Amino acid sequence: MKILTTVKRVTDPDMKVRIQPDQSGIVTEGVEYKMNSFDEYGVEEAITLKEAHGGEVVVVSIGPGAATKELRTAMAMGADRAILVETDADLDSDAVARVLAEVVGREEPDVIIMGKQAVDSDRSQTPQILGSYLNWPQATFAYKVEIEDGWAVVGREVDGGTATKRIKLPGIISADLRLNEPRYASLPGIMKAKRKPLETLTPDDLGVDIAPKVKVLNYEAPEERGAGEMVDDVDDLINRLKDEARVI
Amino acid sequence: MANVLVVAEHLDGALRKVTLSTLTFAQQTAALTGGEVHVLVLGDNVDAAASEVAKYGVAAVHYANEPVFANYMAETYAPAIAKAAQELSATVVCAPSSTTGKDVLPRVAAKLEAGMVSDAISVSDDDGLKFRRPLWAGNVITTVDVLTPVKVVSVRTSDFDAPPEGDAAPVKEFASGVSAPDNLEFVSFEQVKSERPELTDADVVVAGGRGLRSGENFQMIMDLADTLGGAVGATRAAVDSGYVPNDWQIGQTGKVVAPNLYFAVAISGAIQHLAGMKGSKTIVAINKDPEAPIFQVADYGLVADAFEAVPELTEKLKTIT
Ligand SMILES: Cc1cc2nc3c(=O)[nH]c(=O)nc-3n(C[C@H](O)[C@H](O)[C@H](O)COP(=O)(O)OP(=O)(O)OC[C@H]3O[C@@H](n4cnc5c(N)ncnc54)[C@H](O)[C@@H]3O)c2cc1C
Ligand SMILES: Nc1ncnc2c1ncn2[C@@H]1O[C@H](COP(=O)(O)O)[C@@H](O)[C@H]1O
Repeated sequence: MKILTTVKRVTDPDMKVRIQPDQSGIVTEGVEYKMNSFDEYGVEEAITLKEAHGGEVVVVSIGPGAATKELRTAMAMGADRAILVETDADLDSDAVARVLAEVVGREEPDVIIMGKQAVDSDRSQTPQILGSYLNWPQATFAYKVEIEDGWAVVGREVDGGTATKRIKLPGIISADLRLNEPRYASLPGIMKAKRKPLETLTPDDLGVDIAPKVKVLNYEAPEERGAGEMVDDVDDLINRLKDEARVI
Repeated sequence: MANVLVVAEHLDGALRKVTLSTLTFAQQTAALTGGEVHVLVLGDNVDAAASEVAKYGVAAVHYANEPVFANYMAETYAPAIAKAAQELSATVVCAPSSTTGKDVLPRVAAKLEAGMVSDAISVSDDDGLKFRRPLWAGNVITTVDVLTPVKVVSVRTSDFDAPPEGDAAPVKEFASGVSAPDNLEFVSFEQVKSERPELTDADVVVAGGRGLRSGENFQMIMDLADTLGGAVGATRAAVDSGYVPNDWQIGQTGKVVAPNLYFAVAISGAIQHLAGMKGSKTIVAINKDPEAPIFQVADYGLVADAFEAVPELTEKLKTIT
């Protein structure tokens, strides 16, 4: 089975982001980058499926040259080879999906495993748009994946509970956080990853125009919520809720 | 005409309240474009939901009762929504930013060659429609311009109230032309049944975190919620630890809530959690660690052991409510 998985290089999710004074973007000096959290789950699932069913895991990133670091991390975890589609442009999800559709056309994987959302742009669109472009079925927000007879049976986290869907492969799965426990890259894994193939392409090589459909005009900080007051005890709390906030 | 199409959401044929907040967004948008608000209801038993939503000041409701829509699936709903958008000359297509909206709308956008905005919190007209949306776990707000003629928008419903009721709009049948695909299959929906209000429209939310240490200990969170007629929520850590169902998760990757009163009990206050509750009117934090970051966003902070403070609070509230 050939498995394609995607990783986005994002700012460290535990870091406080600051905005440029001219609102043109976020401050990038001193910022740490890492693999998008949800993609760690996606890569882990891809490797687990390969371990169970055999085949190959190809990991793809679209972004700056520095994203080779996240691709090497995925290969250190166990992916077999990597493709970087290099660009410094700001991409919307639709452009990423258009690039991925071309990569899929070349690679012809049986299944694509992605993260459910990039934790920087918080859009949660790319897997679904790609599904539509390829006309493949999708199972988003996966917490459980089983492959049987050319179908994937996927448990999904949805409002109101959980849902189970079967999709015939080729298909697309997007990972939620409960899907698995991503492994750490071992030292031998890291050494091996250095020699694994990493192909670099450009959107032009793939014949994709990456012009966005959605343009960001400016970045602002949200209104800060000031810290309130500490109360002495439960009685004090009840009195404040009743008399000050008037919410009970 | 530049109309706005709202995709209604329902559960077993009952209209979900998130649809009403989305209607408010749609009405604000239509006021800017000069178009009408149309609503699409897809399912196999949606007559009641269709006549219900018709009461909220819309131009018309279009519904399809077809077996192919018996169970929601993005692959069958997306082409129907795209077809309705074209037939109704919609330039904005919107739905709640629920798991269903997030799942289906990007496929609709792809079909309509439209750009999509996720989690819109406002719309304005400044040389064309502009939308604001949070990202980076709510630490950044951007204003975006969708450059395509048709714009697809998922709406963060906690930022919009339900519209007032008006005259009933006409309800019309819509033929989707969608046939059942052979490459996918709905298997099951395991619903978390609850007598409590839905998290996304409760006036009071009581949320618990990993500090509660077990599912049994969540009983005190439920008791407090029930005393106040509220809903129960949780952090990702509490969900991951298996204390409570995933449906209760609040935050960047769970539900976004903005009740009048929010209790954060034994919750540290990670940015990913704050992303889902910072918009609450009054926030109360109960945590035994005085340094917990949650106190920085709480209106009232109580440093206490939850196992003592919460039962005491519930008992005392029972005597006054
Ligand atoms: C990509 C990504 C997405 C995420 N999305 C979300 C999300 O949507 N929602 C979310 O909530 N989290 C999310 N998280 C997880 C988030 O980063 C935190 O790990 C999580 O919110 C912590 O949950 P917690 O506060 O329950 O647990 P902890 O951080 O462990 O805090 C427990 C708290 O309980 C207090 N405590 C312990 N015992 C008691 C007691 N007896 N009485 C009173 N207080 C007590 C402690 O002082 C501590 O402050 C996400 C993480 C990632 C990486
Ligand atoms: N630039 C990118 N490179 C590789 N994968 C991406 C990129 N952007 C998004 N993705 C994938 O799409 C998922 C959802 O992203 P998004 O729709 O942007 O929230 C991510 O978890 C990634 O797996």
